[in-house]
Amino acid sequence: MVPIWRFPWLITSSSQMISAKDVPATARILTVSVDGELVELRDGETIYEVTNHCSREVPTLCYDPRLEAFGSCRLCVVEVEGIKNPVASCTTKATDGMVIKTRTNAIEQYRKTLLEMVASENRNLDIDPLSGYASQELGNLIERYEARTDRFCGKKSGKTNQDDKNPFILRDYDNCISCYRCVRVCAEQEGDHAINIINRGFETQISTEFGNDLRDSQCTFCGQCVQTCPTGALSDKKALRAKELPEEIKKTRSVCPYCGVGCTVDILSKGDRVVGIHPAMDGPANEGALCIKGQYAFDFVHHPDRLQKPLIRQKDGTFKESEWEEALDAAAEGFKKVLEENGRRSVYGIASGRAPHEAAYTMQKFIRSNFGTNYIDNCSRS
Amino acid sequence: MATIGRGAMSNPLIDMEYPDVIFAIGTNMTECHPVAATRLKKAVSRGAKMIVVDPRETRLAKIADLHLRIRVGSDVALLLAMAHVIAREELINTEFIESRTSGSKEFLNHVKDFTPEWASSICEVSAEQIEQAALWFGEGKPSAIYYTLGITEHICGVDNVQSLCNLALMTGNLGIKGGGINPMRGQNNIQGAGDCGAVPGNFPGFQACGDQLNADKFSKAYGTQIDAEKGITKVAALNLCGNKGPEGIHAMLIDGENTVVTDPDTNHCENALKSLQHLVVIDLFLTETAQLADIVFPATAFAETDGVQTNTERRVQRLRAAVPPPGEAKPDWWIISEIAKRMGNTQFNHFESAKDVFNELCSLSPIYAGLDWDKIGDGEYQWPVPEKGHPGTPRLHEKEFKNGKGLFKLIGYRDPAEVIDEDFPVWLTTGRRLEAYHTRTQTGRSAGIDYLLNEESLEINPSDATDWDIDEGEIVEMKSRRGSIQIKARLTDCSPRGTVFTSFSFASVPVNILTGSGYDPVTDTAELKVCPVSITKIDEPSA
Repeated sequence: MVPIWRFPWLITSSSQMISAKDVPATARILTVSVDGELVELRDGETIYEVTNHCSREVPTLCYDPRLEAFGSCRLCVVEVEGIKNPVASCTTKATDGMVIKTRTNAIEQYRKTLLEMVASENRNLDIDPLSGYASQELGNLIERYEARTDRFCGKKSGKTNQDDKNPFILRDYDNCISCYRCVRVCAEQEGDHAINIINRGFETQISTEFGNDLRDSQCTFCGQCVQTCPTGALSDKKALRAKELPEEIKKTRSVCPYCGVGCTVDILSKGDRVVGIHPAMDGPANEGALCIKGQYAFDFVHHPDRLQKPLIRQKDGTFKESEWEEALDAAAEGFKKVLEENGRRSVYGIASGRAPHEAAYTMQKFIRSNFGTNYIDNCSRS
Repeated sequence: MATIGRGAMSNPLIDMEYPDVIFAIGTNMTECHPVAATRLKKAVSRGAKMIVVDPRETRLAKIADLHLRIRVGSDVALLLAMAHVIAREELINTEFIESRTSGSKEFLNHVKDFTPEWASSICEVSAEQIEQAALWFGEGKPSAIYYTLGITEHICGVDNVQSLCNLALMTGNLGIKGGGINPMRGQNNIQGAGDCGAVPGNFPGFQACGDQLNADKFSKAYGTQIDAEKGITKVAALNLCGNKGPEGIHAMLIDGENTVVTDPDTNHCENALKSLQHLVVIDLFLTETAQLADIVFPATAFAETDGVQTNTERRVQRLRAAVPPPGEAKPDWWIISEIAKRMGNTQFNHFESAKDVFNELCSLSPIYAGLDWDKIGDGEYQWPVPEKGHPGTPRLHEKEFKNGKGLFKLIGYRDPAEVIDEDFPVWLTTGRRLEAYHTRTQTGRSAGIDYLLNEESLEINPSDATDWDIDEGEIVEMKSRRGSIQIKARLTDCSPRGTVFTSFSFASVPVNILTGSGYDPVTDTAELKVCPVSITKIDEPSA
């Protein structure tokens, strides 16, 4: 979020503030007051978006900045001067001169009660962070508000669907709080509409068409529903395989190794192992999106087939593992010999479209500086 | 893209959400570039019109407003007819044509002959559909073109691309937000391989090899005399393998490419590599190609390598190592440099890290001149970045084309290298699948992918299957002039009548034994998208 929220030029001194109403609407910056602070308002913004500029940390559970505001969790309510009841900040447009209070005692108490009701709905608050990008949101809010988890004990909705055999997405709707972020991300972000809401009230359930497994739906296993789920009801089955590994989760910012879109990812690792992938919400190419390959096809890096030592072909045709010195010398000797016997136009280099720049650059330099030719290509012709 | 000067997406990915009309041709984007496709889907749900040109009813085609199921390899005819209609209906952007292009008069005259009715007989779609596509494209403000290998993997790949450039030029859809001509690059760093000069025609930064000044520049930088003439393409090089003496290629260094499986005409390719006196392969796995090598070096992979890659929108981004590599695997640049050093080459002595290598690239490449390793952390730069302090260039061609004016090219239609006949009466076209990446060296080794896609199949239109007496799941023999394979039939309306589809992802179904009918005369790109085949029932499939 853009951190431009203080406007010293509007404030001549702490006690003397220019009223927004003193300046004609066309010529001045639109502002609202948030907890007594004057904040710029950009056209069309909601109250929630404005409070975000000034780091108010208004709590939400159904909000994902990439999606249309939904207004179902009611946690983001704020008081607005002149409006009798609290309003949901995510669905209410901010207007010029609005006076907003985000943290009155009444509002905070209201939020706490709401959270306690949500917690009563959700069976499990101890969610492993490997479950998904947003999986800690509910747990963190319960902690922040010191909300009790046993205050309400009514009938619970949702039923688990852990028997979906797909290897990627764990569907434990016991933990679902009906924020519908999964349904909305699938529809709005992906355009796939693989899952939807069926039934009402306590019978409400997230389901595929005809209640089938995800494999038999429009699901492409992009994992976006998992990454936006704030409770761990949808979890990353693959990442959770590493749940028992003792090391801390480390995040490393990098780029997906598959297609040319170049989605930014955070590699999750524990010790020497890659255990999962999170989409980077601020990735310039993907803005939080990923596909099945980027999200789930990462563990080839630890496959036992990985080559670990250089191989040299023996006289009998088999390969033998060798030391680097021996293999590098043999590789160099081979090129030198061909160069001496057949001239510089007898050696060719093929660079990879998969390896980084440094590989492609040294490949072309290898050919050009060793042989003086432009006998170099990459795999883009096939 | 020679006509406008840049072989890359003209517009940033974010622009995919803004076109008025989307023209997606030869791109199965929901499977090959799924995250980019989400942006098109958003544009469509916002109200943009989408025209999809593809013989197959892809997922993108299903949400299109207009789907032209043209015969494989007939793109040029369609694009000529569209230009004809746009000119006839006076939907051309006269101001843009006058100020920014040359050759328009000849071009507008040229397209007069190519009516939708003419194209209809070649493309096997109705003239009305062609008219409609042209009208929408011409009226769109802006209209954007997206294409992938369905355009380039033809003997007329260059003609196809230039025909698309013509459409964009005549309607002024270049250099503007939400417009442009946008090739979706296939591999994570295929754009980067070109940027780095790993091509026979360009030094790093697309500095042409044919230009003596560039050859002098690199001769000086690398301390050796480098030819001022283009090299040969990989396809040409493979053809020279096996020749005796100086007329032949006798040694190859292949980095991370499974040439034997990805390239057309597998048998020819395998024989070529086998004939080499010295083959060195650098890879993660003992691929089919590595198995032919004399020496194989183990390379570091994604999550183990520090480096840089460029995406399809020319965005230069940092890769970071998160974990150590297995065993003694090393970064590609280190391996290549060490071989060079042992050949007595001192030009690699100063490479101690990926940063050293990248910074040398920046110092020699005008499009990277404003970049260095420490600057590209958040991926905010899209090349060209011509000098320090330059913010990068999200959108190309805004004020002028690289070579000044955009050139219209006069293109004529040509049949594919091979066309269907009595012996080979079915069109085969090949492509990729969502869950598999290329030859599955990586996705095939990632847990769970098999649950969704564990074997290859041949997509056949159900009506064709009835005519050919083929059942769902039956193993059939598919033959071309170069060879034959056995493959399981899958009946789906995704394939139009008379055309079948499969991917090249599974080594058990080596479809590239069949392909390789021809190559584009300019780029040597193989015609992987068109191959006449015969399909026959077999009584007892071989194991």
